[in-house]
Amino acid sequence: MSNVLIMVEAADGGVKKSSLSAITFGQQLAAKRGGSFDLVVIGENVGGATDAVKGLGAGKVYVFDNACFANFLPEAYTSALSKAVELSGAGFIAAATSTTSKDVLTKLASQLGASMASDVLEIVDGSQFKRPMWAGNVIATVELSGDKQVATVRATEFDAPAAGGDAAVEAVDFTVDLGGLKTEFISLSAVESERPDATVADVVVAGGRGLKAQENFKLIEDLADKLGGGVGASRAICDAGWVPNDMQIGQTGKVVAPNLYFAVGISGAIQHLAGMKGSKCIVAINKDPEAPIFQVADYGLVADLFDVMPSLISDIK
Amino acid sequence: MKIVAIIKRVEDPEIKIKIKGDGSGIETDAMKYVVNPFDEIAVEEAIRLRDTHGGELAVLCVGPQDATQQIRTGLAMGGDRGIHIVADNLLDPLTEATAIAKVLGEEKPDLVLLGKQSVDDDQGQVGVMLADKLDFAQLSFASKEESLESDNEKKKVAALKVADGRLESVREVDGGLETVSVSLPAVVTTELRLNVPRYASLPGIMKAKKKPIDTKNLADLGASEGNIKILKMENPPTRQAGTTVPDVATLIDKLRNDAKVI
Ligand SMILES: Cc1cc2nc3c(=O)[nH]c(=O)nc-3n(C[C@H](O)[C@H](O)[C@H](O)COP(=O)(O)OP(=O)(O)OC[C@H]3O[C@@H](n4cnc5c(N)ncnc54)[C@H](O)[C@@H]3O)c2cc1C
Ligand SMILES: Nc1ncnc2c1ncn2[C@@H]1O[C@H](COP(=O)(O)O)[C@@H](O)[C@H]1O
Repeated sequence: MSNVLIMVEAADGGVKKSSLSAITFGQQLAAKRGGSFDLVVIGENVGGATDAVKGLGAGKVYVFDNACFANFLPEAYTSALSKAVELSGAGFIAAATSTTSKDVLTKLASQLGASMASDVLEIVDGSQFKRPMWAGNVIATVELSGDKQVATVRATEFDAPAAGGDAAVEAVDFTVDLGGLKTEFISLSAVESERPDATVADVVVAGGRGLKAQENFKLIEDLADKLGGGVGASRAICDAGWVPNDMQIGQTGKVVAPNLYFAVGISGAIQHLAGMKGSKCIVAINKDPEAPIFQVADYGLVADLFDVMPSLISDIK
Repeated sequence: MKIVAIIKRVEDPEIKIKIKGDGSGIETDAMKYVVNPFDEIAVEEAIRLRDTHGGELAVLCVGPQDATQQIRTGLAMGGDRGIHIVADNLLDPLTEATAIAKVLGEEKPDLVLLGKQSVDDDQGQVGVMLADKLDFAQLSFASKEESLESDNEKKKVAALKVADGRLESVREVDGGLETVSVSLPAVVTTELRLNVPRYASLPGIMKAKKKPIDTKNLADLGASEGNIKILKMENPPTRQAGTTVPDVATLIDKLRNDAKVI
């Protein structure tokens, strides 16, 4: 079967951790399909990302390092990816699920007339995959057919990739005239945080409407800081504007799977569970003993969070 | 401005989904159906834009006969007319996008609004594919900076800014909020934080009954079966039941000595 091509995303001078999980997917899928896998990195100054992924057993790393990719523009990135598909002759194209890949891989799939599986959890065989539907209430086994196939991959379901042989790095000379595009980038206001991102942190402390007011989110942050963890939130408090939207965990937000997840004042709606059920150990703090969050919690503390959070924060380490 | 809002008929997200014994699909007995929540947000934004800039709003749905109920909901909220492409539910997104593009190619809207994701198949593909098929600009995850409890939201001010043949919006991306401007015509997919959709009023519901719905058949639109097949459905792995702890000291002890996670 034909090659697999994995799109890798650069971040902070290196590679995104989720992209490493996508490379693991690539290694596994190439083995199942009896072919090899290539990587493609698109961006500006992506040398760090390229170095981080070239020793993972890929055949080639196609590098599109150009000022025109400094900001994300779906048309520009998709044309680069499309060029990479042509160069590698890949029949299967994948990347970790992200706001970038949802734009780029989906557009590519449309151009190729390829069907696409979003948020793949597991490889069943070379073209069969498990993926969630109905907020993870249902796990479907889907089969892709056709000579081009596309998928996004849920990073938390795939471990770090095994080291492998060195790939040949091919710098592709490719420029996009940004003036000719339909989209113009204006600005990015990044969420600045000293804390690890919830998708990669070992510990995530998440808060919900039970916190009552924006200023009480400090209780969540204090516990997270005590444990060197990241913070997360339910949709309810993102909607209310207490915390940035980027913190939403769930079906339609981020999916996290840390070693330890605290749900504080979160009821545990199915849409929230969809984003954190894969955590190794779940602690729920809620004053309502009937709250559905207790059904997935390893340790449940039925209590008023304002009574217990201060001592938890002071005593936990 | 000519606007089309695209809506999908989906299972009510409040209702627990049960899988049929043979894994071939989900139980539909006593199921309630609603407009996909993200699409309600698309309809709401479309109404605000039409009311600000003038023009017309069509509500389009690809779905079974009964999906006229969801189209009527969109019309009761404020849509002017409906377009119903009759088809089975849970089609491949590529098939859906191809069929919708065929219809919209003739409609020639300035702006198409739809949800970023449908809460049944959770694929999140149709909007981007539709933009590609129509060769329209693509703006996904449209949102806004102000919270849903802001004054502008209470006044139902449109978040998408349209002027001089362009549309500007904030987008929710991993790690923050991005602002982009796209040329019209465009396809915009909506995030949860774009607005709070209105309920259909009783007079709205009465009026909606008289609004026209144009019906088309998927088979006539040249959208072939896509290349993705659902082979089976199963329940997710269940988590083992946990324990309740009486106090903070016990919790810390368990985390340290049993779970060994701190
Ligand atoms: C299409 C769609 C997509 C969605 N996507 C997401 C998503 O991605 N992520 C997400 O989180 N939600 C999502 N939701 C929303 C979800 O259905 C819930 O509404 C939301 O998760 C509720 O947030 P919450 O638990 O903070 O609030 P609530 O449900 O109001 O729960 C608050 C909890 O706090 C407890 N509490 C109150 N006071 C105290 C106290 N003093 N001490 C201790 N406990 C207290 C209460 O007992 C209650 O259980 C989505 C919904 C829809 C329809
Ligand atoms: N059958 C359908 N009819 C109308 N709109 C649809 C249909 N399927 C998907 N959509 C639209 O496409 C968006 C994304 O859907 P999906 O790619 O299935 O997650 C949804 O929010 C809907 O607006």
